[in-house]
Amino acid sequence: MAGGEGVRKLIRGRGIVVPGDDIDTDRIIPARYLRLITFEELGKYAFFDERFDDNGKPKKHPLNDSRFAGGTILLVNRNFGCGSSREHAPQSLMRMGIRAFVGESFAEIFSGNCTALGLPASRVSHEDALKLQALVDADPGLELSIDLESLTVTAGGQRVTFTMPDSDRKSLVSGTWDTTAMLLSNREAIRAAASRIPYLNGFAAARGAGRG
Amino acid sequence: MGRTLLDKVWDLHKVATLPSGQDQLFIGLHLVHEVTSPQAFQALEDRGLNVLFPERTFATVDHIVPTDGQRRPFADELAEQMMRAIEKNARAHGIQFFGNTDDQGIVHIIGPELGLTQPGMTIACGDSHTSTHGALGSIAFGVGTSQIRDILATQTLALSRPRVRRIEVSGSLRPGVHAKDLIIRIIAELGVNGGIGFAYEYGGRAVAALPMEARLTMCNMSIEGGARAGYINPDEVTFDYLKGRRFVPAGQDFDKAVQFWKSMASDPGADYADTFTLDGNSLEPMVSWGINPGQAIGVSGRLPRVSEARPADQDALRKAYDHTGFTEGQPIQGLPVDVAFIGSCTNGRISDLREAARVVKGRKVSAGVKALVVPGSRAVLRQANEEGLPEIFREAGFEWRDAGCSMCLAMNPDKLTGRQVCASSSNRNFIGRQGSPHGRTLLMSPAMAAAAALAGEVVDARQVLPAGSGNGRS
Repeated sequence: MAGGEGVRKLIRGRGIVVPGDDIDTDRIIPARYLRLITFEELGKYAFFDERFDDNGKPKKHPLNDSRFAGGTILLVNRNFGCGSSREHAPQSLMRMGIRAFVGESFAEIFSGNCTALGLPASRVSHEDALKLQALVDADPGLELSIDLESLTVTAGGQRVTFTMPDSDRKSLVSGTWDTTAMLLSNREAIRAAASRIPYLNGFAAARGAGRG
Repeated sequence: MGRTLLDKVWDLHKVATLPSGQDQLFIGLHLVHEVTSPQAFQALEDRGLNVLFPERTFATVDHIVPTDGQRRPFADELAEQMMRAIEKNARAHGIQFFGNTDDQGIVHIIGPELGLTQPGMTIACGDSHTSTHGALGSIAFGVGTSQIRDILATQTLALSRPRVRRIEVSGSLRPGVHAKDLIIRIIAELGVNGGIGFAYEYGGRAVAALPMEARLTMCNMSIEGGARAGYINPDEVTFDYLKGRRFVPAGQDFDKAVQFWKSMASDPGADYADTFTLDGNSLEPMVSWGINPGQAIGVSGRLPRVSEARPADQDALRKAYDHTGFTEGQPIQGLPVDVAFIGSCTNGRISDLREAARVVKGRKVSAGVKALVVPGSRAVLRQANEEGLPEIFREAGFEWRDAGCSMCLAMNPDKLTGRQVCASSSNRNFIGRQGSPHGRTLLMSPAMAAAAALAGEVVDARQVLPAGSGNGRS
């Protein structure tokens, strides 16, 4: 990915409050929608079973709430995205318009998937998560601003700090979160590693036995 | 200060330090299945890239395969399309594909079974239960599809080194208490998010005494505790298990392999981020009652009262009661079940089926209970056939199926309906997980699920088993 278009320094947008701890990726995207060989259609199915009843009628859910329509920042709580590694979960949210997450904590694989898609997952304290959720709930028109350089979220005159793994922050800020090309540029070092790993070389005593 | 297995494996596989500060890590074994890989192969094609080490990737199908006959084309058009995609991708890139062979099975069952999984390896797969493979002393973890793309193109990943938590289980598990009970108890103690940022190293006398298949069960559910990887240091149990398997070297090469494997185990006095200890003697069979695997209690226990829980957990408990409709304070024993499912990457191995068959033999499934056994692989199925297990299950009223993931996640036709309650040997009790948005899953060991099928309600399997029966440890 070219540097410019991938840079994620400042994310601005309105919020959507999706409260609750331990929201797993089966809830974010039910398994039956994983039977598609592309991600393209998934935006329609995010949180499907929580948003629609058995007859397809909308249920009460933040993503059906017209007050939050057009929001791009999901405000969540603890351990969001736990469970299955399915990248379909952040893909479905991204394809319905989500551009960033602010929450108390994120499951590790989910968080890695978000970074790999250029979606910042910002960690705030329990108190700050509740404060931001309350602000947005009271005024869904409020614009939030996530600044990855100062590690702050600003909303309605309130400013809170957040954390994220520094490697994620650097990748997002520099626009290098799509890692394939960068990894491949170390092709020589990859070959060298392969040539010293014993089980790839007949378990030969491998110290320094690089063959290139 | 000694080094952990994780440190040794990490250092051996490190390719470079990346500008982000992460390490570029060589992935020694890459496993793919049909659901999370087609988009990665497509991305590769879109970028004009090839698979860099096709001989280090192996493919199978498990999630979408029907278990009531795998004849092609599959009745489900989407499943058939998915199957064709992985066949095409494996062929186009020179990747060995087990999906059409007698080796087909759940990716986390066949890896160890074929001897692909070995100590000291880095192993990745687009599936969170890849932690399973840590049972053999590898560092194994689930990845998303973008990372599958990275592995296919580069055989490496950008990763941050996790911290290592030592989980020490002393004593010994009592008869009728299984590895499944042990790992559920650990998750209940440490929480479903307690392991974020950690790899769990399981050890201690009770863990050392576990046979390999029980260790696989234990490491499988590390991710349910938030730990992306879990492992057990390789020992004689590991080497005995591997000897003679197809992808394991034989003869003198096996001895060389064992030397390497031994060298990768954690040093005595290795440096751990922290340690959690548990008395193995204190365990009883565990049953989950809520909507995450940490919401679980001993079989003699009662469902928790929200008001008595830690404040931070109360919302999650309320949400669980909203969904399950169970009653605070009610005993877990006697809770009626509609379905019993025995199988999955957690408990679909031959020792699991033997253990369940011991409970079932000569008895009948309770009227109105739908009970099914789904072997984790065709190899497990063949072994079960040799031992006469299908007859035992069928005579009792169980359905006996072909290999696959089945009702663990209901991507194939095996699903709960309505508000059914399922006694399940699988790994997740998330809302909707088993195919009905209103369904309810009680996680337990295969023996406990079998006993629940017979009784039509949750019971203590130890009271069903014939007296003097040994300590199966699936």
